[in-house]
Amino acid sequence: MDKVTRISGRALPLDRADVDTDQIIPASYLKRLERTGYGDGLFAAWRKDPTFVLNDPRYAGAVVLVAGPNFGCGSSREHAAWALRDAGFRAVIAPSFADIFRTNALRTGLVPARLERAQVDRLLAAVAADAGTEIEIDVVAARVRVPSVGIDAPLDLDEFTRWRLTEGLDDIGLTLRHEADIAAYEARRPAWMPQVGRTT
Amino acid sequence: MAEPDVLYVDLHLVHEVTSPQAFDGLRVSGRAVRRPDLTLATMDHNTPTDDRTPDDLARKQIEALVRNCDEFGVRLYPLGSRDQGIVHVISPQLGLTQPGMVIVCGDSHTSTHGAFGAIAFGIGTSEVEHVLATQTIAQARPATMAITVDGDLPAEVSAKDVILGIIARIGVGGGAGAIVEYRGSAIRALSMEGRMTVCNMSIEAGARAGMVAPDDTTFAYVEGRPFAPKGADWQRALDEWRSLAGDDDATFDREVRIDAAELRPYVTWGTNPAQSAPIDGVVPDPDAFDEPSKREAARRALAYQALRPGTRVRDIGVDAVFIGSCTNARIEDLRAAAGVVAGRRVRSGVRALVVPGSARVKEQAEREGLDRVFREAGFEWRNAGCSMCLGMNPDVLRPGERCASTSNRNFEGRQGPGGRTHLVSPVVAAATAVKGSFALPSDLA
Ligand code: SF4
Repeated sequence: MDKVTRISGRALPLDRADVDTDQIIPASYLKRLERTGYGDGLFAAWRKDPTFVLNDPRYAGAVVLVAGPNFGCGSSREHAAWALRDAGFRAVIAPSFADIFRTNALRTGLVPARLERAQVDRLLAAVAADAGTEIEIDVVAARVRVPSVGIDAPLDLDEFTRWRLTEGLDDIGLTLRHEADIAAYEARRPAWMPQVGRTT
Repeated sequence: MAEPDVLYVDLHLVHEVTSPQAFDGLRVSGRAVRRPDLTLATMDHNTPTDDRTPDDLARKQIEALVRNCDEFGVRLYPLGSRDQGIVHVISPQLGLTQPGMVIVCGDSHTSTHGAFGAIAFGIGTSEVEHVLATQTIAQARPATMAITVDGDLPAEVSAKDVILGIIARIGVGGGAGAIVEYRGSAIRALSMEGRMTVCNMSIEAGARAGMVAPDDTTFAYVEGRPFAPKGADWQRALDEWRSLAGDDDATFDREVRIDAAELRPYVTWGTNPAQSAPIDGVVPDPDAFDEPSKREAARRALAYQALRPGTRVRDIGVDAVFIGSCTNARIEDLRAAAGVVAGRRVRSGVRALVVPGSARVKEQAEREGLDRVFREAGFEWRNAGCSMCLGMNPDVLRPGERCASTSNRNFEGRQGPGGRTHLVSPVVAAATAVKGSFALPSDLA
């Protein structure tokens, strides 16, 4: 994974609650075998509406998506995070995230930044009024800053998660540091637990 | 620096849509599947359920799964196999899902397996790769939440209505960050298949997972299945499993209590699973919601669904009925639905589909003659798969079509672009197919 230390730029306001991953990318776009190439599927159904905010040229080049609570609910498809990345987004700011989406985003290097509801509402209003509103997410210092609306809030990510992001570490490699513990646990598992059986 | 806990994964279920990139990742980094013997693959999402051929992209994904399983030594139940089916239907049926296990799958409805007192949750593709490589998953400790449903369920109220009723009360984010334990006499009284229906939709309340403490109902279901422990091992397993249930007076971070007598058969009117009304009710007025975001969501939902506030639910006509999905396509669901349609006809103009959850469920239903009952009533009888649950394979709604569906998600376009989904139980779906508008079995003459 690429290192993620600091994200700064403009934002796209999506003032909706419970945005589900079927909206972020519909199932018909999930047939690829790769991790990239999902940008076209991003909000594919909503984008058919010419007034949908993603079609607004003022927000072209936005790197942060600002949305309502429970963002990314529904399906576990990591394609939702991939589609956002492919479309140029590096972070999502929302009052809350669905658990699986949040994990997927972090695995993909897309930063899920949780802010209080009132702050998100303020940010949505500011970005709607001025598409040039600049946002900075400093992963190293764990801050979210929007100077024009006076937001300077903590980035709600634990130290371990930030370390992984800022160093661009491989999760599998991190876990395999515990190989001895995993093997010891594995040796203690009861023999009656089910095994599907190897095919080779 | 605190690290998340690392949980050992006892069973990893794999399907064609969320796994190709994970296997590729292994290849790129030169890693093997650590425990192919604890990994099982099937194909369900992309696959046609009739004799149509999958489109090119779908076929590539199906072929990739075959290749990957072959290369990495993972057992696969492919299309055409007697054991193929929706991943969450086949594992319990094989006896692979057992109490106390940690089960993951690149699919959010993995929560289904919690019905056995397992910790079971959905993961994304990067985590699929992580589990393939390490047989573990890193997890922060979730919050605990108890949802207690006490009392007797009223007539015509099924497990599906229990979970729709729960989600209506706590909301689509009501379980966020938590593992939910379903407790109380109404839950205990459910069959294993009913408990699976409830746990299946935990994710629709945003919960990490849902579970029911294992009891004699659980053990009786598991016993004798192909992968269940046998002989002396069965006793060892039972001793272990009996120790798993929490205490009656256990405390939880969050608690919700529901009186079973208050539950009704529900029909969702909106575009998320919390937006439902009792079948005797009406489509609500968005202005009646206190919270602005709920009001706005209801307004958007009614516009998408082409519904007017105040419309009686029973007056809403449907174009299609889908009985299927990992929520409601097990044998008891099909029996219940067949019981309603036996000797009746699907209303003319309504397209009605029954899609068994697995090839084994289909086989069993055919042994019992349920396929004939459905066919004679005018239903299409299909092969096992996810089918019209997700708008990915050839079974989709046409734009503007309205469907009574036993599946779990009514998101915009979930069953096909522009399609309108109403989630219901199998008996309501069956009665609705006959009537042409939402109905209970007791509404049928
Ligand atoms: S039936 Fe529907 S919800 Fe269940 S696994 Fe298939 S697509 Fe997902």
